[in-house]
Amino acid sequence: MSAPTQTAAASPLVTVAEEKVAAATQLQLTWWRFRKHRLAVASGILVILFYIGAIFADFLAVTEPHATEAARSYIPPQAIHFFDEDGSFKPHVYALKGRRDMRTFKLIYAPDPADKRYLRLFADGYSYNLLGIFETNRHLIGLDRGKAEDALFLLGTDQLGRDVWSRLMLATRTSLFIGLIGVGLSLFLGVLLGGISGLYGGVVDTVIQRVIEILRSIPTIPLWMGLAAALPNTWSVTQVYIAITVIISLIGWTELARVVRGRFLALREEDFITAAELAGASRLRIIFRHMVPSFLSHIIAAVSLALPAMIISETTLSFLGLGLRPPAISWGVLLQDAQNIQALGIAPWLLVVAVPVIIVILAFNFLGDGLRDAADPYG
Amino acid sequence: MVTYILQRLGLALLTILAISVVSFVIIQLPPGDFVDTYITNLAASGSAVRAEEAAALRIQYGLDQPIWVQYWKWLSRVATGDFGMSMEWGRPVLEVIGDRLWLTIVISIAAILVTWGIALPIGIYSAVRQYSIPDYVFTLIGFVGLAVPNFLLALIIMYFGFKLFDLNIGGLFSAEYQLAPWSWGKIWDLTKHLPLPAVILALAGTAQLIRIMRANLLDELRRPYVTTARARGLPEWRVIMKYPVRAALNPFASTIGYLLPFVVSGSIVVSLVLSLPTVGPLLLRSLIAQDMFLAGTIVLLLGVLTVIGTFISDLILMWIDPRIRAGMHG
Amino acid sequence: MGEPILSVRDLETFFRPDEGIVRAVDGASFDLYPGRTLGIVGESGCGKSVTARSILRIVDHPGKVERGEALLRRGDGRIVDLVAIDAKSAEMRDIRGGEIGYVFQEPMSSLSSFHTIGNQVVEAIRLHRAVSAKEARDRAIELLQLVGIPRPEQRVDSYSFELSGGLRQRVMIALALAAEPRILIADEPTTALDVTTQAQILELIRKIQADRNLAVILITHDMGVIAEMADSVSVMYLGKVVESGPVDTIFHAPRHPYTQALLRSIPSVLAEPRSRLTTIAGSIPHPYARPPGCPFHPRCQNFMPGTCDRSAPPVTRLDPEHEVRCFLYEAPAEAVA
Repeated sequence: MSAPTQTAAASPLVTVAEEKVAAATQLQLTWWRFRKHRLAVASGILVILFYIGAIFADFLAVTEPHATEAARSYIPPQAIHFFDEDGSFKPHVYALKGRRDMRTFKLIYAPDPADKRYLRLFADGYSYNLLGIFETNRHLIGLDRGKAEDALFLLGTDQLGRDVWSRLMLATRTSLFIGLIGVGLSLFLGVLLGGISGLYGGVVDTVIQRVIEILRSIPTIPLWMGLAAALPNTWSVTQVYIAITVIISLIGWTELARVVRGRFLALREEDFITAAELAGASRLRIIFRHMVPSFLSHIIAAVSLALPAMIISETTLSFLGLGLRPPAISWGVLLQDAQNIQALGIAPWLLVVAVPVIIVILAFNFLGDGLRDAADPYG
Repeated sequence: MVTYILQRLGLALLTILAISVVSFVIIQLPPGDFVDTYITNLAASGSAVRAEEAAALRIQYGLDQPIWVQYWKWLSRVATGDFGMSMEWGRPVLEVIGDRLWLTIVISIAAILVTWGIALPIGIYSAVRQYSIPDYVFTLIGFVGLAVPNFLLALIIMYFGFKLFDLNIGGLFSAEYQLAPWSWGKIWDLTKHLPLPAVILALAGTAQLIRIMRANLLDELRRPYVTTARARGLPEWRVIMKYPVRAALNPFASTIGYLLPFVVSGSIVVSLVLSLPTVGPLLLRSLIAQDMFLAGTIVLLLGVLTVIGTFISDLILMWIDPRIRAGMHG
Repeated sequence: MGEPILSVRDLETFFRPDEGIVRAVDGASFDLYPGRTLGIVGESGCGKSVTARSILRIVDHPGKVERGEALLRRGDGRIVDLVAIDAKSAEMRDIRGGEIGYVFQEPMSSLSSFHTIGNQVVEAIRLHRAVSAKEARDRAIELLQLVGIPRPEQRVDSYSFELSGGLRQRVMIALALAAEPRILIADEPTTALDVTTQAQILELIRKIQADRNLAVILITHDMGVIAEMADSVSVMYLGKVVESGPVDTIFHAPRHPYTQALLRSIPSVLAEPRSRLTTIAGSIPHPYARPPGCPFHPRCQNFMPGTCDRSAPPVTRLDPEHEVRCFLYEAPAEAVA
């Protein structure tokens, strides 16, 4: 009754493009779509830069981050002067000179313009283990004369006289990698349980779904607090690190499991899976050859959205004093110093930790959103 | 409909059971049992406890029995309202918690109301005027709201309040009402202090809900029933408010299921920063002091109240959705 | 036949998404008379629905009525140009539903599932008639009765998802008629329904039309429905009316190659057994890639190279009621290859 149609011959140009699209894997398609989201791409680059920075945290630090010196307590951030009086490009800072206020007897530091310290690249400093392979004492920036711990305070110092910039570098490393490891664990649990749930269905699926629903309806922070508080005081920094990572991934896997299950359920109905089954492919082969590649991009998107949540969790716990504990350094540990209004009143620069926290979480969210749109433009 | 209610009720009970197990585990986790702590406390105050006394205490509290028997006994006691004693305060746990639980609930509810109050109109606006400048601005603010952990936001606001206005933002009551018994004046005082913590708590959730509302409404705006309503001669704003907004409201309202635990969680940390008299600071303190009955009870009560809140919202949701009422789902 | 109640001339509605421009309606003209049915027929995507929506000015974003006129003779005798007045104006809203009722294609999704049927019908009545809520409800029940809904006094409180497809389409018709319009636009009213229900709905429209002297625009891709219902027919292809005339002329003496092809593609009981059904070669071009000249030329059996792909054919009037847009029938003086 209606006018039947036949496929018209498309123009050659369209055909080539279509063939390219038809031959692309799901991952390639996602990547092509992702590249169009400028903000997401920029965020992705930013995230990568942050991780590179985290790997070379010691190299970027200028001072041993644990070195305390009561006399250098609460030194405000320094200004960097880029040009000398003659106008030549010679970045330098003024060394600080302490002077005792005769009324309050407090030691007050003031920059001394007479005492210029020039900055230089690849300066000598405290020695550390680069990438865990070799020992070195090179740092990205340092001073041409005198020790950095005496004169270089890019972001000021905390109460114990520790250099905030250097501590921030190491904290970034801890917090970024705890997120990564936590997501790794969540991913393992999520793919395993979500996969089982989606693949087998029936009672198993119902049970796992109910467990997820239950976990999601419990307020997480009191729970984490309870679990984290139970960690013995005698545990080493590494042990606590691992334990905290496990605790925050205990909840984080549910969202990933939901995504994986949803994809499994959708894919089970797809013709190419049925075709593979009819062709006699084994179940494992079907899962890893056919199903996983086709939802890999969804997983990548879910992971990049789960990461900031992990980072916030660690930061929150450590902030409360129930996560990582000093001498470990993480964003949360640093923020603990900025917890009360008295400390903030004296040393507002301690709040500078908030900047990388917000930037990284924002970047991860943009990245994750872009990836999700790219992976599933209709979902 | 009855099946739906029973299903939700069953799940709620199951969740409460799971929370009770977790709370019990938290109580049990620290090394040693509660008699050990008791003895240490007594020893610290100068009175020693003999070994047989300790053994008698253990039998009295059933600590010599297998763990599941202990759990069952604890659960039965809890069911009768006996949550045990707080080691640190030497008083029944419930007495220590006192008003703090209700203040936590009040703050959480206020935060949810603020969340909806902001997210709903902005979400509608952003969807109806998609890609307009305010839409972009709201989206950006939303992203920032999402990215700033609420305790950090509280810190930043507190710092600027202090720096710029010399205000000590914190607490839920003015000094004169701090310890006063409840009165209308005290309630009014609370109402005046509530907005700031509520807004801080609400921000992250608001950002998320704006995105949900916007996406839902964009979906609904494309549906044929909208054009039908327009073709009837309905003014545009009535078309939007009566039909697609109504339809988008349901998935929006159902977000309370995760909003509630999220807000309750957040209230704990934000309370610490802003020194609000909720259970948050008490929980932290009890955990650090290993006052485990107190800590376990707080975790239990928070969890149970959250589940009850979610269950009630499920019922409301059912009530406002004709499709569920007609038994189309579940 | 008297004066037309609605007269559409050279209507153009374009969509301008980021990717380009789609001329969804590209110069459509037709007249509509009270008590008569105009059928608009064409393949999906030819602009039938957009034409109808342009008249009511409810084209979805990014569509816009660009040019032309749609003169409506209102109940009080005034003639208004629907293209010229503001789509958001009170007058336009008054015309929607009040003068022109619209029945949509998808009864499943064209009703809100959050409001009762009665709620929506009462709303439609009270928008245009100053009656009390009680009166409106009584009228709604009468209307539901009129469109053949059993037990209307109970159904009025049902939700759309509790009704079958056929009943929903009856509700849609009741909605369109709620404010007693003088024109009814039925946009593929039976496409989503099964054959028996189709026949009932068409019968219902015909009955109401006779009772109320309604002018009906019936949009369909189904030549069978046209043959049964229409008095005159406009055949559309890619936004243009390529041929129009009385229903008998169109069916028995079609001129435009597209109309001829459409008619050939209807299965006939008289056809030779086992003979193949003719199809129209090719498919509708992509909306962004409209062929130059006559848009039908790539699929046309009578394609004249150098003519049809150069310029758009003008309208040729074959007799006072029969017009065709094709070079084959251009002014006789010129030589035709």
